[in-house]
Amino acid sequence: MLFYSFFKSLVGKDVVVELKNDLSICGTLHSVDQYLNFKLVDITVMDGHKFPYMLSVKNCFIRGSVVRYVQLSVDDIDVTLLQDATRKEASK
Amino acid sequence: MSQYLPGTASLLEDLDKKLMVLLRDGRTLIGYLRSIDQFANLVLHQAIERIHVGNKYGDIPIGIFVIRGENVVLCGEIDSEKEERVDLKRVDIDEILAEQKVELEAKREKEKLRLKAMQNYGLFFNADVLYLNKVKFKQIL
Repeated sequence: MLFYSFFKSLVGKDVVVELKNDLSICGTLHSVDQYLNFKLVDITVMDGHKFPYMLSVKNCFIRGSVVRYVQLSVDDIDVTLLQDATRKEASK
Repeated sequence: MSQYLPGTASLLEDLDKKLMVLLRDGRTLIGYLRSIDQFANLVLHQAIERIHVGNKYGDIPIGIFVIRGENVVLCGEIDSEKEERVDLKRVDIDEILAEQKVELEAKREKEKLRLKAMQNYGLFFNADVLYLNKVKFKQIL
């Protein structure tokens, strides 16, 4: 549940989600659930001309199982806190 | 924050809205979302399959569609404001199918060339190719 809590703390921040089909979506994280499904609002798609079907989409729900990477801004993350939480989780 | 439903439940907010659903095989479906569950299994009403080739698209009506969750990549809410700004041309089904065929053919041809080049370096990617080259392997061994 560590990463679920981690992503919950990032709600409202701008993230880039890269999918397994090479689609990269930049947007504001609106919500996340236990499967790490994401809901992004106000999205823009990198290389938009390659994915014309995404042009008319503003908000989207992404299934956790198709995500390859999530890119985050360095300022949004407290690495020390993350490490501490990891140790706590490991010692349970 | 807590007023929002998290994850799959957030799709409940999109019920009865017009959604674009992207599937794992690359198809795009558009329809009105009528039902969902925790796996993101979906029911689309008045669904169409939209085929894009270049800056043209075509719609094929397919009625009611039940989509198994594992095949869903993403569900996007269609923003009518953004939709108007999109500069794509709608063509009829036969034309888009013909164009799609040409595009697929070109893709397949390119892939064939790539595989051939890789094979020359002794790289084999999938079981089908391996099977086809079984004879060659035996000869080497």
